[in-house]
Amino acid sequence: MATAETSRLESLRNRSAALGAGSTPIVMLLLVAVAVALLVGSLRSATFAQLTVQGLAVGSVYGSLALALVLVYRATHVVNFAQGELAMATTYIAYQLIQWGLSYWEAFFATLAIAFLLGTVLEVTLIRPVLHRSVIAAVIVTVGLFVLIDGVVDWIWGGDFKFMPSPFGTRIYHVGSVSIARLYIGMFVVVIISVLLVWALFRFTKLGLGMRAAALRPAEAAFVGVRVEWMLALGWGLAALLGAVAGLMAEPSQFTLEPTLMQPILVYAFAAAVLGGLDSPAGAVVGGLLIGVALNLMVQYVPAITSELQAPTAFAVILAVLLIKPSGLFGHREVRRV
Amino acid sequence: MTALLELEDVEARYGPVHALHGVSLAVEEGSVVAVLGPNGAGKTTTLRAVSGTVRRSGRIRFAGRPLDRLGAAAAARLGIAHVPEGRGTFSELTVWENLRLGAYTRRGSIQPELERVFAYFPWLAERKRQQAGTLSGGEQQMLALARAFVHRPRLLLLDEPSLGLAPVLVAELFRIVRELNEREGLTVLVVEQNAHLALQAAEAGYVLEAGRVVLSGTSAELTADDAVRRSYLGY
Repeated sequence: MATAETSRLESLRNRSAALGAGSTPIVMLLLVAVAVALLVGSLRSATFAQLTVQGLAVGSVYGSLALALVLVYRATHVVNFAQGELAMATTYIAYQLIQWGLSYWEAFFATLAIAFLLGTVLEVTLIRPVLHRSVIAAVIVTVGLFVLIDGVVDWIWGGDFKFMPSPFGTRIYHVGSVSIARLYIGMFVVVIISVLLVWALFRFTKLGLGMRAAALRPAEAAFVGVRVEWMLALGWGLAALLGAVAGLMAEPSQFTLEPTLMQPILVYAFAAAVLGGLDSPAGAVVGGLLIGVALNLMVQYVPAITSELQAPTAFAVILAVLLIKPSGLFGHREVRRV
Repeated sequence: MTALLELEDVEARYGPVHALHGVSLAVEEGSVVAVLGPNGAGKTTTLRAVSGTVRRSGRIRFAGRPLDRLGAAAAARLGIAHVPEGRGTFSELTVWENLRLGAYTRRGSIQPELERVFAYFPWLAERKRQQAGTLSGGEQQMLALARAFVHRPRLLLLDEPSLGLAPVLVAELFRIVRELNEREGLTVLVVEQNAHLALQAAEAGYVLEAGRVVLSGTSAELTADDAVRRSYLGY
């Protein structure tokens, strides 16, 4: 090609532009700084270390629910307000399975399968029919779904506290003067493994490539033979599965199961998703961890913020990000092609 | 000889606007056929009617099978590759991922297909990991063509490949299309504003105006036609 040299230069320039107008190095630097600060703090104070580990554990739960929100948003451009309630409902299903005699981990995996099916079916039956008309209609359907799921769960299981067996026991590890509950390590590990498996599915399989193509450019995806509508439904299924992981891992940290289990967590997940950039899966997870750790440390070290103020603080984060940098840490700015 | 693709009295509309008023055309297996006509004549819609991305009525047969009820994904699975106007690459994905998507409907290894494609587009092999959006316009158009070729279609629908490309690249692109047709027996239905190029590459052509076929014939006949010369060839 005659213009190979110039086009290569041009493509290099475009590539650095594609990485978000040079903001990514700054974001990376910031994240490294935060990590160093957390490490130094943890080495100097046992309380700080404990709060950080706890924050990472609950933050991973926020992150996985945030990732569910991002998957749905990327697939259908719908913000699913019912994502948290769906996670709560699947946690009740796990509770029921355990009541019927399954062990915790049998119920865990059965619930993930049920959640996947549930998410897929919901997309096909409730979202797809209205999505043709407008995204707003679909968003309103998810709000309706929120109320519906809440009502159904209350009707089947009642509003009183339920108790599930602890998946990780009550052991506490001691590292120097720092005590870490096995629960928090377990939560973190389970969530991160689930997130990595979903990432690998998207990154390394043909199905995942088809799902990404369907979400990015539905018309072109159909031209190469991707069954776009199925891919979007599968996206909802995977989101529900990740939500189920979040619900199941949130339950032991709350120690009880009740219909409001996921409502504060949904706010934190929204904050995480917005902070990371609503269209960035990695951003959602990083955002979740940041929010989890930050809220946990703030309650301890910032006298003005009591635990009642945690949710409003998360909401303040949403507002601040939307005002200052709407694309979040890793999100893409909406670019309209001419 | 029966045609690979046959359209009979095909109508299509976007909402209340009729885009095609009964188009009939045939594409023989192994041939290159051009669709010419002014803007808004329904050229792009004709391709979209074949690949199932517009509401249409009338009869469309592909390899003897009725096509008129199938959607785009199903048409792709039957062996129709549509390269839409204006690149149509997945700019967020890498070059390799774009090519992999081209072979989405194929099972098993696609290594042989990739090697054949790299023989036609050697520069693609070095840029496998590059994000497609960072390629130049011409490179993206080539990538779209390469992606369609990995699909190993029986029919390639090519929409305005010259749009926004430098003349050198347009010539290169048509040379490759011609080569694919001669060596691999690929059947091509190409929509093109540049009638010169299109009639050079194609054996036959149809002229569309306001959603109807107003003229058809071999490329030689069309090139000799006074009306075509005046309106589309400019002499």
